[in-house]
Amino acid sequence: MPQTDRIAEPWGTRTPYGPGTPWPARTDTFLADGVTADEVDRWVQSATILHSNGDALDIAVRDGRMVGVRGRVEDRVNHGRLGPKDLYGWQANADPARLTRPLVRKDGELVEATWDEAMERVVSNAKQLMAEQGASAIGFYTTGQLFLEEYYTLGLIAHGGIGTNHVDGNTRLCTATAAAALKESFGSDGQPGSYTDIDHADVIALFGHNMAETQTVLWSRVLDRLAGPNPPAIICVDPRMTPVARAATVHLAPRPGTNLALMNGLLHEIVAQDWVDHEYIDQHTVGFADLAQMVADYPVERVATICDVPAADLREAARILGTGERLLSTVLQGFYQSHQATAASVQVNNVHLVRGMLGKPGCGLLQMNGQPTAENTRECGADGDLPGFRNWSNDAHVKDLAEVWNVDPMRIPHYSPPTHVMQMMRYVEEGSIRMLWVQATNPAVSLPELARVRSILTQERLFLVVQDIFLSETAQLADVVLPAATWGEKTGTFTNVDRTVHLSEKAVEPPGEARPDLDIFIDFGHRMGLRDKDDAPLVKWHDAESAFEAWKECSRGRPCDYTGLSYDKLRGGSGIQWPCTEEQPAGTERLYADGQFWSSPDYCESYGRDLITGAPLEPTEYAALNPEGRAVIKAAQYLVPHEIPSEQFPLQLITGRTLYQFHTRTKTGRAPQLQAAAPGVWVEVSAHDAEALGLAEGDLAEVTTPRGGLRAKARISGIRPGVAFVPFHYGYWDTSGGHEPDGQGRAANELTMTDWDPCSKQPLFKTAAAAVRKVRDGDGSPAPAPSTGSASVTPGVPATAGGAEAVADEDLSATRPGGPR
Amino acid sequence: MKLGLVLRELHRSENHLALDLLRISERHQVDHEIYHVARDIAAWSQRHVRDIAEAAVDYGVDLDAEPQAERSLARSVREKSSELVGRARTPGLLLLRDLRALYLDAAGVSVDWEMLAQAAQGIQHTDVLALTERCHPDTLRQMRWANAKLKESSTQVLIS
Repeated sequence: MPQTDRIAEPWGTRTPYGPGTPWPARTDTFLADGVTADEVDRWVQSATILHSNGDALDIAVRDGRMVGVRGRVEDRVNHGRLGPKDLYGWQANADPARLTRPLVRKDGELVEATWDEAMERVVSNAKQLMAEQGASAIGFYTTGQLFLEEYYTLGLIAHGGIGTNHVDGNTRLCTATAAAALKESFGSDGQPGSYTDIDHADVIALFGHNMAETQTVLWSRVLDRLAGPNPPAIICVDPRMTPVARAATVHLAPRPGTNLALMNGLLHEIVAQDWVDHEYIDQHTVGFADLAQMVADYPVERVATICDVPAADLREAARILGTGERLLSTVLQGFYQSHQATAASVQVNNVHLVRGMLGKPGCGLLQMNGQPTAENTRECGADGDLPGFRNWSNDAHVKDLAEVWNVDPMRIPHYSPPTHVMQMMRYVEEGSIRMLWVQATNPAVSLPELARVRSILTQERLFLVVQDIFLSETAQLADVVLPAATWGEKTGTFTNVDRTVHLSEKAVEPPGEARPDLDIFIDFGHRMGLRDKDDAPLVKWHDAESAFEAWKECSRGRPCDYTGLSYDKLRGGSGIQWPCTEEQPAGTERLYADGQFWSSPDYCESYGRDLITGAPLEPTEYAALNPEGRAVIKAAQYLVPHEIPSEQFPLQLITGRTLYQFHTRTKTGRAPQLQAAAPGVWVEVSAHDAEALGLAEGDLAEVTTPRGGLRAKARISGIRPGVAFVPFHYGYWDTSGGHEPDGQGRAANELTMTDWDPCSKQPLFKTAAAAVRKVRDGDGSPAPAPSTGSASVTPGVPATAGGAEAVADEDLSATRPGGPR
Repeated sequence: MKLGLVLRELHRSENHLALDLLRISERHQVDHEIYHVARDIAAWSQRHVRDIAEAAVDYGVDLDAEPQAERSLARSVREKSSELVGRARTPGLLLLRDLRALYLDAAGVSVDWEMLAQAAQGIQHTDVLALTERCHPDTLRQMRWANAKLKESSTQVLIS
């Protein structure tokens, strides 16, 4: 059995396979030092929680403590594999810094309190604000890391109980554009493709998606195809020289902020060469003529100039996209967090629609998520939408939901789109939101323009509640801190990018008095005295399984139908893809197999928005546009980004992530192997710019924008000239500043601008002008940047390795019971 | 034939709408979506001004092809004052008032395009008709945006 340093080999050992054949199994295991598999008391079923891939695993428990993890070989998603964050990240659960008691602010200091005292403080504030101002004074900002049952309960309490329109998740930062793009093209959220499309594709195109670092196991699947017979062609759109770019047949590295121009150019070529499935377009879509007219203005030469990409590469990429027989496309933050996010992502959908490549093996479309349970935030309405992909501007949908909840429809806010987080911050800033309840996320590091965010969150007049597992930067600013239980310490379900639902069971007790988020929400609902219209308690469930059963009813007949699932069915075996009903008890591998969409005016989740202004379409406009419920082909013109380089700020700044860290490192920064692999912030520049700036590998550099600055060691990498990259993971909880810079900043969001896509409301982290200057020479050591997407071009910089502490088992003799699915 | 007259009026009203959008952008700089989108779609009206001036030549009407520019001092004063009042509650009401005025101005431009299209059809001037078909949809989108922002913003402003 191979013993592999999985920090040095993030994707593990290759198991090559050919098109149309099953992906071989490989069981990955990592156990605490000195523990062997036969010393494990229990293996408890779960799935991965530090990315969106949804790899099934079992948690090893010994003497009531977590001692390791092992991939579940029977699962459809990972066939036993795990990524580095999964193998090592569980260790953070037992970190001594975990919050174990509620905290309340007294005389300016956070001090320990009882649950009664903390909850009463939350409830009395909420009640007082309801009496003084009403529900518009209260906002909820949740996450992509809780469980389905928790989001559904939160959505009920916020929408059906409190009646506030101010509900969002940090999924706004990671996956809002995925949802928006799917709604625009297909009338409803819902991932069309399946991970199994990798097994069949002859072309895999990754648009702004560094899959190798964000979904390592999925990338292992691609690498295994590339190592096997008849490998697929790879197209990569990314300004960085990522592992994906290095594996690509064609790598396009456009100027940041020009994705839409790039996509318009590729579609121009596809239409001009007539690589178009006219029968599919005629039967299943509306809007093709508008697209053809729009992209006519984007000939390859013009696009090559806008994007600064060679015209020959654009033509070659278009040819591969236009002539492939089984095209799989994936999209992520390079598009979602950049200028014209939704319009550019919709153009990827359009490639599939004009080529008629949906719903067939290998013809997949994956608008990716960033976080493990982001899909559930969207489904359950914790991102502000109504649960079950109901349409807030369709009165019949609101009435139907009101019946499920047994409340008056007027109690559910549906007079305007839900308030997204950036708008909530604005309402807090001007003082009309006076209580903000943040769960399992860290806006004081993850939102753009941190100086502004800190000034908003530290206002005296704001009552800030933070529910988390560590004292994050945001929690340090709170008036009440509620200690939560996390993955492995509570039971619930969650759903990955390709709609696979997994059960995650409680393995160990939470530390101290920490409580599951579900229990906290239910307790809040009862203490608030929230009732339905028959004066019965509004929240009618008491634990995870009863919440799941209630959710199933809410999802009945909607696209994300869970009625065929149960905890018993999810226990053992593989995860199952929704929709799963009595008629389709095994779930649904691909959506839209027959060119039928969820887009009819009376069923769709959204009537869509103007891709440039973001203005929602009125019901009558949509009904006129798409009376028969087809897929909608939309197009938009390229606009110059809102901040472009100047003499003072000559570079373009993009922020992003590394394989070894997650979000603001609350967990991964406390897992020794992961923290050691990427211990501190760095700034990446090209060799071309480094020479002009007099920078060498490891020198200390200062990065500034009109918003602020930070200092970081310089990595000279293969990034596109004119572009600087800073990872966004590094805040201040493990520095002397606590929640803010002590002197020089290091958080990437000190630099980013407050701007968002008008359609998806996703903040733009990848479109800002910046300056980089050298502060002083380095000490000879390289930047802490890992050798994955940030690989140095300077000779002699060692590759990232984990050593003996990071050795994990890979069982290549494993086989999957029941064969491939 | 009074097509020249309509073109002259449209040239005026589009110039006015572009300035409207730029001013609303600057006055509400701390409402970032208003700030950015208003600037993006002001460019549509500026493009219309150029196209109208070009079309007007055939009707013997001499119009300035260059959209009216803002005085930069006035702009920076407005942006600064927007920042200073960002923490106060009154800008919400100002925003509603500005969006309402914007909506009505855009509606005025829209009916101007309507009139021009009717006239162009009547005398079969296909160039002018094509101009209206190209530009009028932009005006409708500007109107819908103003309406949508009003709808989205008014609840919080009026009940809080």
